[in-house]
Amino acid sequence: MKDIMALLRGTPDEEDYKNKGVIVQGITGAYGSLHTRNMISYGTNIVAGVTPGKGGQKFEEIPVYDTMKEAVDATRARISIMYVPAKFFLGAATEALEAGIKLLVAIPEHVPVRDTMKILEMAEQKGAIVIGPNTPGVMIPELIKIGIMPAMPFKAGNIAVLSKSGTLLYEISDALTSSGFGQAVTIGIGGDPVNGTRLVDAFEMVKNIPDLGGLVVVGEIGGDSEEILAQKIMDCGFEKPTVAYIAGRAAPKEKRMGHAGAIVMGTYGSAESKISMFNKANIPVAKRPAEVPVLLAGKMEKSD
Amino acid sequence: MRLLEFQAKELFREYGINLLDSKASTNIEEAKRHAEEIGYPFVIKIQVPVGGRGKAGGIQTCKNADELELKYPQVSELVIKGEKARAILLEKMADIKKELYLSLFLNRSKRCYTVIASSEGGVEIESVKNQVIEEVGMGDVSDDVARRVAQKIGLEDSTADGFADTLKKLSKLTVEKEAELAEINPLAIMQDGSVMALDGKFVTDDNSNFRHDELQKYQEKSEMEARAEKSGFSLVELDGDIAVVGNGAGLVMSTLDMLADSGGRPACFLDVGGGATTESVYEALTLISEIDGVRGILVNLYGGIVKTTVVAEAFLKAYESNLVDIPVFARLKGTESEKAREMLRDSKTEMFDSVEDAINAAVMGVKK
Repeated sequence: MKDIMALLRGTPDEEDYKNKGVIVQGITGAYGSLHTRNMISYGTNIVAGVTPGKGGQKFEEIPVYDTMKEAVDATRARISIMYVPAKFFLGAATEALEAGIKLLVAIPEHVPVRDTMKILEMAEQKGAIVIGPNTPGVMIPELIKIGIMPAMPFKAGNIAVLSKSGTLLYEISDALTSSGFGQAVTIGIGGDPVNGTRLVDAFEMVKNIPDLGGLVVVGEIGGDSEEILAQKIMDCGFEKPTVAYIAGRAAPKEKRMGHAGAIVMGTYGSAESKISMFNKANIPVAKRPAEVPVLLAGKMEKSD
Repeated sequence: MRLLEFQAKELFREYGINLLDSKASTNIEEAKRHAEEIGYPFVIKIQVPVGGRGKAGGIQTCKNADELELKYPQVSELVIKGEKARAILLEKMADIKKELYLSLFLNRSKRCYTVIASSEGGVEIESVKNQVIEEVGMGDVSDDVARRVAQKIGLEDSTADGFADTLKKLSKLTVEKEAELAEINPLAIMQDGSVMALDGKFVTDDNSNFRHDELQKYQEKSEMEARAEKSGFSLVELDGDIAVVGNGAGLVMSTLDMLADSGGRPACFLDVGGGATTESVYEALTLISEIDGVRGILVNLYGGIVKTTVVAEAFLKAYESNLVDIPVFARLKGTESEKAREMLRDSKTEMFDSVEDAINAAVMGVKK
């Protein structure tokens, strides 16, 4: 089992417990530098940056290296986040995995599917987790933020939130936080057709978190990862309060709705299919983002 | 992008997949010349980027010049699932013994390419019976795998050879052009035992377009979509009267759903994206002002990286230049939303605390 919590937080016996180092690939770019500053101010321990040709420079006191190998050798960090253009994803991700990165958070949108598949094959061999591409990132609220999400909607707590969409993750986490449901961890799956970490993989990563209070799944039209997750939840007898939300009920068929993966082909990928599978698994599906905490509270009452 | 049948067949031909003689035309004069070259009888097939053409009357046989004269204009004028004819394909009539199904597609949940074949083709994939399914990693189909699939669907001798050859060629095409789906349905067994692709569906990965200049001639975008893409946002035109604008594909889809639940009809899906600037949002408003029948704009923003003030500024500019003269119903939350609300307070934008309230007001507003 790939343990994302151990990578993000560590264990009390480790020197860097709750202070895991993160390398930023593309740290000097406009996007990379903006989000590096945001991550630092959130408290994320950014230990190095990589921009080919800018090795030896500093960014906000952080050393910049030419290659991932140098950055990893110097810092022993196991986490990397990339803000590189989509066409450089394959090269940058290969470099990261070869250097020994175990958690790769891939922000870029518009990565060709074949490039993602090549990287997943390599990550499998190396025992690494890939989050994304086209993800807002992952975070343990109030501890570590690796991504582009704003800080405001999130609060520490015991609910795990898994989401294909970025802004819906913010919206729904905000609604949860306002209702007193903080988050143990949030994982952005990404809106691409092929995801490094699928909903079902993310579920495996969070389902055994000690004291987990509940699970919120934010899905959208396209593919069948919600259906597979619902089946998994039934099969493994997961009993924590779980609520889902599915976006795209009113979307026309055979049209890509913003995300590369958000497309209904025939009946494959339809909202109806996902909603009926969640219903079968006894997981209520909210009709509006604001309804998520209401349904979650209802589930908790029942399980008391 | 999704290629039309005749475009898919151009690629099939280039890769050596057996095809009947066919020619695409856009007017009857051109079609008459093709008729002479191909010879009667033939079928004419409407070229639209959706399925279900046969049922809609988009495929007709022509036995002589009179029938062509009669049927060509009829087929040309069909609208199938909202799609008008892009061209008409004339294809030689075939003497078919049996119809098979064959496709190679990107299996999203398994994260690998998958071959589906069946000895019963010619119907939509959902109804294809006795499917033989083979996972093939990154899409390369070896001789062994191709022969095994042929055998599993009950083919023998030269027909099995022909099928295996077609599958390998389809695999090469899929890999080299980075397709998400390559489908031949039906793949016909002819009287002489050879196999021929009678139809073709081919969908490529838009994100790999930068590596495929040779496919750009197949790119079909409305002028609106092209302008949207250039400005870094995504636009899907719909047929209602309330334009829906927001940031993030999920949030905008969610807003469409809630609008539809409240009886509203969305005119478009417009995601300004993560890199929105005042200029790009202004361009988005310009596009909306050009969509027919828009009577109101519903804005749902959750400011994260995109500052809501950037959007507010674009609206102020749009009011100043009279670009927007229809009611705007907005819910702004997140980064700098207090300031954004202040900026728009004396403008024509109606502000709401919740998206539900904004939606209700929009639905009522456009009815007036």
